[in-house]
Amino acid sequence: MVEFAGSTGLVLNEPLLFDKGKRGRAGMSIPRRDVDYAPVDEELVGEGPDFPDLGEVEVVRHYTRLSTWNFGVDTGMYPLGSCTMKYNPKSNEKQAALPGFAGAHPLLPEKLSQGALKMMFELERFLGEITGMDAVSLQPAAGAQGELAGMLIFHAYHKSKGRGRSKIIVPDTAHGTNPASAALCGFSPVKVGSSDRGVLSVEGVAAAMDEETAGIMVTNPNTLGFFEENIRGIAEIVHARGGLVYADGANMNAVLGIAHMGDTGIDVLHLNLHKTFSTPHGGGGPGAGPLCVKKHLEPFLPIPRIVDDKGSLRLSGDFPRSIGKLHAFYGNVGIMIRAYSYILSLGPELKKVSQLAVLNANYVKEKLKDVLHLAYDRPCMHECVFSDKLQAPLGISTLDMVKRLIDYGFHPPTIYFPLVVSGALMIEPTETECKEELDLFVEAFRQIVKEAGESQELLHGAPWRTKMRRLDETGAARNPRLTCK
Amino acid sequence: MKEISQLATPSDVRYTLDHEWARVEGDIIRIGVTDYAQDRLGDIVFVEAPRMGKKYAKGEECGALESVKAVGEVYAPVGGEIAGVNVTLEGSPGLVNSAPYTDGWIAEVKPVDPTEMDGLMTSEQYIEMLKGFKE
Repeated sequence: MVEFAGSTGLVLNEPLLFDKGKRGRAGMSIPRRDVDYAPVDEELVGEGPDFPDLGEVEVVRHYTRLSTWNFGVDTGMYPLGSCTMKYNPKSNEKQAALPGFAGAHPLLPEKLSQGALKMMFELERFLGEITGMDAVSLQPAAGAQGELAGMLIFHAYHKSKGRGRSKIIVPDTAHGTNPASAALCGFSPVKVGSSDRGVLSVEGVAAAMDEETAGIMVTNPNTLGFFEENIRGIAEIVHARGGLVYADGANMNAVLGIAHMGDTGIDVLHLNLHKTFSTPHGGGGPGAGPLCVKKHLEPFLPIPRIVDDKGSLRLSGDFPRSIGKLHAFYGNVGIMIRAYSYILSLGPELKKVSQLAVLNANYVKEKLKDVLHLAYDRPCMHECVFSDKLQAPLGISTLDMVKRLIDYGFHPPTIYFPLVVSGALMIEPTETECKEELDLFVEAFRQIVKEAGESQELLHGAPWRTKMRRLDETGAARNPRLTCK
Repeated sequence: MKEISQLATPSDVRYTLDHEWARVEGDIIRIGVTDYAQDRLGDIVFVEAPRMGKKYAKGEECGALESVKAVGEVYAPVGGEIAGVNVTLEGSPGLVNSAPYTDGWIAEVKPVDPTEMDGLMTSEQYIEMLKGFKE
C-alpha cells in the first residue's frame, strides 16, 4: 500500500474566539493612566463591542490551529490549472523583507528611493527581455487590471487613428477574465471557437475580424494547455484589418526563454508576476500584472513611468498620450521585488522552469490517459485537460473525483473549465513537483478511478478525512449566511 | 448528467440550437431553457433576467444563468419586446432546474414577427440534434 504523505493526522478542532477566554484575562498590560480624565463626546458613549478577554497563548493557539485547516503549496501539491500555483522560493520572500525595501515609502523623496526605483527600472527591462516586448509598465495590480489597461490602450490607439471600434474577438479557450475586461472597457466580446486541435485557426479569426473590431485577446498558451501555433497568421489578419493583438501571458510559465512572444506578432501582453514570478497567491492578493507593449503603443502606457534623468531615476507623468493612472502610487512594489529576485537568482535557468513545467504536465497526461478521458490527445504545454467522460456513465462526476483527491492529500485541479470540454479537469503540476510526487499524484488518481467503479457512495461523500466534509456549494450560493453564529 | 432518454422535451414548445425553448401563449411567447441546458449547467444559483420593455433581436443575448459550475448565456429564441419576467426566479433560481418548462420560465416576449417560431426546432428535431452531440 502506497503511503500518501500529508493526508492523515489529527484534525485540530477549535471554537470561535468569542467562545473562549474569561472576563478580565488579557494578553498585555495597559500602561498606568498618566493624564486627567476628560469628557468624551456624548455620541461615543455606550456599550462597546462584545470582544472576548483572551490570554496571549489562547490567541496564538487559536490562529495556529486555524492555520492547519489551510492547504497551500507549502503543504502539498496544488495542480490548479491555469493558476500556476507553484512553489515560490523563500529566498525571494527574504529579499522583499530587506529593511531597505520593507521600510521604503512612496512618499519619500525620489533621491531617497533610488534603490527601489532602480529595482523597478531593471525589472521592466528584464520582463521586456523575457517577453521580447519593447516597453513595460509594472503598475497593474493584477492580471485582470493588466488586461483592462491593455484594452484601454486598444481604445486609445484607435482613437488616435481617429476611429472608434466596438468589438473584441475572444476565443473560447481564453481566460474568463478576458471577455470581462473587454466588456468593462465598453467593447462587445465576440466569441470565436477553437479548432478540433484545440487552437485557433487563421480562417476562424479571419471570418470574425472586421473593420468594427478593435482586435483580439489570445491567451497563449491557452487554457487547453496548447500553444496558439497559428498566432502569426492570426496577427497578420488582425493587423491587415487595422486591429491589434493582445496576449494574455498568464500561462507564461510554459514558455520562459523558449517563445519570444514579441516575435509572434502581438502588440500587448500582460504577465502575472504572482503566477510565473514567485509570489504566493490564492488568498486574493496582492498581485502584479505588468503590461508589456511594442514600440508603437509605448506612448499609451499608464503613468507615472520610471525615467532615467541623467543617471538619477524618477517617476514622470509627462506622457500626454498615456491612458493615465491605474493604481495609488506605483503598483504593488513588494511583488516586484520577489520577481526581480526570482529572475536574478535563476538567470538563464529560467528556461529550465518552463522545460520542467511542460515535461511534468506531459508526464501526468501520459500516466493518466488510459484511465481518464483526454480531451485532446496531443503533446501539451504546462497543463493537460481530462474529462469525466469515462466515469459519467457510472454516475461519477469530475467534482466527485477531485473531492476524493483531497483525501489523498492533494489540492483539486481546476474543474469545469475551460467550458469547451464538458466535465473538464485541468491539471497543471508546474515545475515544482519531483517525479516521486507526480507518481503519488498519478497513483491517487488511478485509485480514485478504481474506487469510482466500486463504490459510488465513497466518491459522492468525499472528502472524508478533512475538517469539513463536502460543502453545500449550491446552498451557500442560494442562501448565504454571512455571520459567524 | 442525464441520458437523452431521461431528458424532458415537451412537444408544446419549440427549441433553439442554444437550448432555449419558446411557447406560444396567446399574443405572447414564453421562453426558458431546456432540461438539457439546466442539466448541463448544474444547480443554478442566480438568474440574470432580461429587462422589462427591452427589445431583443432573435439570437441576441438577453440574459444569463449562473450555476455553481459556470455561467451560461440565454439567447432570445425570437425577436421582440420583453413583456414579462419571472420574478420568482430572483429568490428561487432552482426552479430553472426543477421545472425548466413550467415554473422555471424566464421571460415573456411580445414578438415582432410571430412566424419566427416556425424556424425553431420541434421536439423530435431537437432530440435528433442532441443525439448528434453525444457522438
